[in-house]
Order: sequence, then C-alpha cells, then structure tokens
Amino acid sequence: MKDTAGYVTADGRQIGGTLMEMRNITLKFGGVTAISDISFDIHEGEIRAIIGPNGAGKSSMLNIISGFYTPTIGEVWYKGEKRPPMKPFEVARMGVARTFQNIALFEGMTVLDNVMTGRLTHMKSSILSQALWYGKAQQEEMENREIVEKVIDFLEIQRIRKTPVGRLPYGLKKRVELARALAAEPSILLLDEPMAGMNVEEKEDMSRFILDVNDEFGTTICLIEHDMGVVMDLSDRVVVMDYGKKIGDGTPQEVRADQAVIDAYLGVPHE
Amino acid sequence: MAGSGEENLVHMSDGAEGLRSVPALLERNARQFGDSPAYREKEFGIWQSWTWAETAEEIEALALGLINLGVNEGDYIAVIGRNRPSLYWSMVAAQMVGAIPVPLYQDAVAEEMRYVLGHCGARFVIAADQEQVDKVIEIQEDLHQFEHMIYVDPRGLRKYDHTQLHQYSHIQAQGRAAHDELIGELGRRRANPSYDDTCVMLYTSGTTGKPKGVVLSNRNIIESAKSASEFDNLRRDDEVLAYLPMAWVGDFIFSIGQAYWTGFCVNCPESADTLMTDLREIAPTYYFAPPRVFETQLTQIMIRMEDASPTKQKLFHHFMEHARRVGPKILDGEAVSFGDRMKYRLGEFLVYGPLKNAMGFSKVRVGYTAGEAIGPEIFDFYRSLGINLKQLYGQTEASVFITVQPDGEVRSDTVGVPAPGVELKIAENGEVFYRSPGVFVEYYKNAESTADTKDAEGWVATGDAGFIEEGSGHLRIIDRAKDVGKMATGAMFAPKYVENKLKFYPNILEAVVFGAGRDRCTAFINIDLTAVGNWAERNNIAYASYQELAGHPRVLETIQSHIEEVNVSVAEDPMLSGCQVHRFLILHKELDADDGEMTRTRKVRRKVIGEKFEDLVNALYDGSDSVYTETEVTYEDGRKGKISATLQIRDAKVVPVNAKPMAAE
Repeated sequence: MKDTAGYVTADGRQIGGTLMEMRNITLKFGGVTAISDISFDIHEGEIRAIIGPNGAGKSSMLNIISGFYTPTIGEVWYKGEKRPPMKPFEVARMGVARTFQNIALFEGMTVLDNVMTGRLTHMKSSILSQALWYGKAQQEEMENREIVEKVIDFLEIQRIRKTPVGRLPYGLKKRVELARALAAEPSILLLDEPMAGMNVEEKEDMSRFILDVNDEFGTTICLIEHDMGVVMDLSDRVVVMDYGKKIGDGTPQEVRADQAVIDAYLGVPHE
Repeated sequence: MAGSGEENLVHMSDGAEGLRSVPALLERNARQFGDSPAYREKEFGIWQSWTWAETAEEIEALALGLINLGVNEGDYIAVIGRNRPSLYWSMVAAQMVGAIPVPLYQDAVAEEMRYVLGHCGARFVIAADQEQVDKVIEIQEDLHQFEHMIYVDPRGLRKYDHTQLHQYSHIQAQGRAAHDELIGELGRRRANPSYDDTCVMLYTSGTTGKPKGVVLSNRNIIESAKSASEFDNLRRDDEVLAYLPMAWVGDFIFSIGQAYWTGFCVNCPESADTLMTDLREIAPTYYFAPPRVFETQLTQIMIRMEDASPTKQKLFHHFMEHARRVGPKILDGEAVSFGDRMKYRLGEFLVYGPLKNAMGFSKVRVGYTAGEAIGPEIFDFYRSLGINLKQLYGQTEASVFITVQPDGEVRSDTVGVPAPGVELKIAENGEVFYRSPGVFVEYYKNAESTADTKDAEGWVATGDAGFIEEGSGHLRIIDRAKDVGKMATGAMFAPKYVENKLKFYPNILEAVVFGAGRDRCTAFINIDLTAVGNWAERNNIAYASYQELAGHPRVLETIQSHIEEVNVSVAEDPMLSGCQVHRFLILHKELDADDGEMTRTRKVRRKVIGEKFEDLVNALYDGSDSVYTETEVTYEDGRKGKISATLQIRDAKVVPVNAKPMAAE
C-alpha cells in the first residue's frame, strides 16, 4: 500500500488513513474510453470532490466505486483489501451508499418508507417473518425505525415524514435521497451532484447538511459537483478530470492554482 | 367585598400549604401524583413523556449542576429556544437554586438580545441549539457579566470552544454526580424563597422604545394561575400544547403557572413545522391562540373546502349555515327547538366532528384568544362548531388576567368581566386601569417607567382606551390610549378600530391607518399571500413574487372593495365616522419584526412605519397616483438588501358624514 497516514486539514481537522484507493482505473465501452488510467485515494473522514467538465467521466467513476461498473483495467482497494468484482448490492452491504444525479426515489411511497428502504441491507429476518410481522422481524423493524427517525430529525424533514415523495418539491426530494443514503449508516457516502438545480438557499442548506454529516457521524464523503464555490468551500481534496484523464489532484487551493486545471476547466485567463 | 375575600384566600394558601414557589408546587405534584404525566415532547416521531416524579428528578439534577457551575442566589439566567421540556425545566431549576429565569424570544436577532442580556446582566444562558448559541457568541464581548452558556442540542457544536460552553446533559450528569455534596445547599436554597421574591422576569415586546423587564413575584404568578384555574375549572387530566413563545407571559402562566398549580400535562411539538399535526395528535382540552392562528386555520379550511367535491361542499355549507344559526345558542345553553337540536347532532356527526378533528379541537373544553381583536365571523365560526372559544384581556404587567369571559357570556365585541380578584376603573380620558394580586412588582432597573405605569395604590395603567358596557358589565376596548388622537377636523381618530375591521378580511394580513392631525385618513395594506395567492391561482393570474401580486390591478380592486365596505361600517358609529379611509396603497413588502416594523408578538409599530415609509405617507396625502420607493430589508440570516417598487395609490369611496367635532358636543 501507498501512504496510509492521515493528515490535518487547513481548519485543523484530523483526517484518517486511506479508506479507498483507485489504482490505474480504465473503463471502456466498446471502442470508447470513458476513463483512462486514473488513480486516486479517499482518506477516512475527508470530503473528497471529483470535478470536471461535462463528459469527463465523473459519474462513471462514481459508478465504479459503487460497483455498478466493473473497471476494464485497474483495481479498487477498500479498507486495505483488493475488492473483487461485485454487484452493487454487495458493495452497498460493505458500507458504500449513494445518491443519484437524477433523483431515484419511490415516488408513490412516503418519505418515511423511502428512508426505511435505506435500511434494507441491514435487515436479516426472512421475507416470511417480515410479512407476518412476527418475532425477530418486529424487533428489527423497531431498531431500524429508530435509526431512520434519527436521520429524519438530523435532516429536519419531520414535517414531511408521512408525505408521498411525489408531492415534494425538488430540493426536498434531494434531501430525502440523502436521508435514505444516511439511513444505511455508510462508511463512505457518494453524492452525485447533490446541488444540481437548486437555488442558493437550498444549496446553503444542503452544504450545511453535508458538513454536519461529515462532522457528526465522521462519514467519508465523495461528491461530484459543478458549483465551484460549493466544491472549494466543502471539500478537503479535489480530483480534477477531463476527457477521462486525471489532470489535477490536491487541496482546493492547489487545484485552483494549477495551470492545467485552469486551462481545461476554469477557463484561460486573458491578459 | 371581593377584595377582602381574596385576601383570606391568599393568606390561607400562603400559610396552610406553604406553596410559595414553583419548585414547591413541583415537589407537591411529584409527591401527590408522581405517576401522572407532566410533560410530553414529540421526538423521533414518538411522543416521549415524563411523569411528575421524573420531571422532579430531571430538574433537581439540573439544579445541582447549576450550583456546581457556580450559579448564585439572585443571578439572572436567560433561557432561549422553542418550547421544549428541557427549557421549561431550566426555568424551574433556576428558581430552585434561587436564580431568576429570563426567557427570551427565540427569533430575536443578536442585536435585540444584546440589549436584554446586558440589561438584566445575565451570568448564565441556557440556549436550545447552535443557532441560539451563535447569536450569543456574536454579542458575547459586550456582555460583561456573562460567564457560561449551556446548550441542549449538541448538533454542530462539537468543535466550539468549550471553556464557557456546556452541554445540558453533562451539566445534569455533573449535578447527579455531586448529589451528596450539594444536596444540602440545594435544600437550603429551596426552603428559602418568600412569596414576594421574584419568580420570573419577562421582557415586554415594546411597541415603543426599548423592551422593559417586568418583574413578577411568586405571589403574582401563583395567585393568578390559581384563580384563573379555578375560574375555568381546570383539572389534572387537562392537556395543553405549548407552542407560543416562552418569553411571552401567557406561556409562562399556562405552561408553568397553571400546569404546576393544577398538575396538568404540557405537550411540546416536534418542530414549528409539524405544529398542526401535533395539535391533532394531542387534541388539547385547554387551548390558547392569538386571533391570527384561528384566522390562518379558518383560511386554510376554506381553501381546502374549495378543492372538495361539489357534494361535500354543499354538505359543508348547508350544515355550517345551520351551525351558525343554532351552534352558539346551544353552547350558551339557551333554548333551541328539538328539530334544530337533532339537525345539529346530525351535523356534528357529518361535518362538525370531522372538522374539529382535522383542526385538533375535538376535545377543547376551554379555548382562549387574546392579544388582538378577533373578527366576529371567525369567532362565531369556531363557537358555532361547539368549541368553547372565549376572549380574555390581559397584560404582562397583570400576570395575564385583567378581564375574562365567563362561560355563557361570550361575545366577540367585548373582552369580558374583571377576572377574579381584579378591580377595574376607567379614567377620564377613557384609559383603563386595574388592580389585582397579579400586578407586577416593578420594571427592572427602571423606576421611572414603573412610577408612570403603577401608582402608589397599585393601580396600573393599561394604555388602552375602553369603556364598561352598561347592563352586562363587560369591558370593551377601543384602541391604544396613546393612539387615540384627534384629526385636524377635531374628530376622534382610533386607527386600530379601523385596522381591525380591515384585518377581518382574509385577504388583508395587516393594515396601518394614518390620520392623526390630518384632515382625512389613509391606509397601508399588507395582503395575505396564502389567501390572495390561492385566489390568483384560481383566476389564472400568474405572479412571481409577493411584490408582483401586491401590485396587480385586480388585487387592488378587491382590496378597494373591502375598504369601501369597512368605510360603510365605520360610518355607522357617529363618534368614529371621521376615520373612514380615503386613500390607500398596498405595500410592496410584508411588515416584519426583523425590519423593526412589528414587535415580536406581531403588533404594528406605527411610529417606526410612519418614519420609514415617510415618502409613501406623503404620497397618500399629496394626491399623486403612484409613487416610486426603495426600502431596506433584512433577510433571515441578518444580511441586508434593498427592494424597490412603484406603488399605485387608489381612492376609496367614503360615506358622507357631517363631521361633528368631538369637542363641540
């Protein structure tokens, strides 16, 4: 393994050792190379951002981490072990939860039920006992409900607990999606454009929640985001991608000052 | 006669039971019915509850923790946050250790807190969460006596500097750990209070000038709570929902005074947003709300009814018609024909019952409204459903109760008869004075204002003008005494009288009438975004903002028709017919406490508005059709911004009257 020691952030937070490491990842769809030879790591407890122009391969990268895609070449190391090719639900069981760029909730179900589905990977009782609401299933549901209620309290969505998701405005749906991911008590949380399509106030709320999640639960967060202000404020370290290649990696300040990044993404200054 | 009887009662309860403080009542409740519920709070989706015995333990642990932290007798402890059991316990724990609790309005901005915290010299602050902690930290440098802050909800506060900051549960844990060592000291302090020691200090919202700290003694609170509880036969199995600001005297009397006196259960909602659901789940038996809450609820029901199927609408209107006719009579125990009674029963089954259930009023035995005048239609609506809604008239300085409406004598245009133990008199200029066991001790560090308000014999000026109705003996309030003025013509000017009539229209949220020293009256109007917005939706009127909707010609037309109707009704009263509104405009922003235009209890600050919108007032009088204006606004996070607008000014028809100068009569 490479350097697994932690580091201290600019605002004095102690970050742990390497939690996940992507080694020389290449992803091809037929003749198209979506990602070519990218390596980076995610430390325990940090907020890691992946940025890049449209089509840079950010979402593909997130899909590899979540197990939806298997890299053509390269390895994913998680908690010090090489991860064999896995189905997404197996990855989820290992403590990786995510939200989607286009909200993927059950529109007809209430907020509470949606968030409860986040506990699915933690349920052990059989379908039969769950259907009969008997014995272990009963106790299990109560324990899970307790965790879900804590998440609901944390994200301040008590008032919509019993509201069907389909009736909610976009910004709240995003929050419900985050709630469902949090209910899984993940060790790493993947957020695909959590602020897309939000107004300033909603963005502020969401940023506050992301920071609070990281702070209160110590959850490692990996997020894709287009809003540069948000990325620079939230994240501890940033990976910059362009046309499937990594063109920058470092703290927001370093990335901002990197000429390659400025040229490719932030725009070339005219002097 | 009433006076001497009251003296006896005071003496008896003082001597016989020795219940001279809230902690003493707590001790009695825990001893006599320790297993009954004292508090409930909805958290994590479930109503968590605490019995009186558990409450006593929690409060004692906190009290020990406070002593451990260095709280001395006579210290002031500020309490800031929404209604939560832990904060009510904080106030009682403060009293238990001989300190004086000072609840503050949770939505006050840091600037407002600076004055109050500095004025009372609070050494300790108990705050609900990060939001409140941040505000206190912001002004901390100016608070010379401030030492420690305790917070309830640790969220987001982990990385704060904890040299002066403590978590509530830790303080309790420290208190429990130091139990053996400190219990002697706590026992000494608990035994100490006299009936005339300070129970609580409440800052008045202050329609004018700086807030004043009203000092209320144990006697004030306990006597008022006791006689009011007896007046309405409150019982131990009653339920209240605590949702009104903790800094407001009413909440202190209902949720602490009366709750501890009668031993009923105080329920705290999960959050401000879930209030209506929580109200339904609890279905309180004793309920208090300012008219605004009843208005909002009625507006919402009417809006929802418009979405209902035609059959349901017909059913609703048919039975509501019947209820309006016989409902109040049935409630007052008057004679109603058998047929009408049967039909009312049917209505109860089909319409009234479900409706009350939806509003959370299924079990209300006693409901009160106060603070502002309530529209007769709104008042009658609730009473016709069989909800015993009554009015009371009160003040912080009186420990709430001045007059109350007894069962069976309820009307929307009076505020009732003097509460038990209260004497009333009307001064020559019409101002109402009262004297009662609830009369406050003083304004803290403000002998001058105390002397202005309370005379040597204990008579307190209410600042309201009114008269006692002949025959019924009920008090009627016209307006604030200082607002009642003269117009240039010499006619009487009572702005609030007109404003209240205007506000009874669901479309009008606020109104400010000008006219003192002028030849005619004019008005600013704030539309109600819920009601007008709904109307706009139904009429395919697109709007992007409050401002745009407020300036829509059809909205102006509607408001104009409301004003003209009010003019007709104002003209009926010969004394006040000069107060008809000649010209008006609809403001481009909602009047807001954050901008200083209203008090925290949402009372209009007439003078501030007059000065701030001077250009608009001038335009109302110089005959122009429209006016351009720029206004500074404060956002919720304290930032400031500017909004500009061009406002239309309209003339309203008035009923011609032969203006009789009042003085000439």
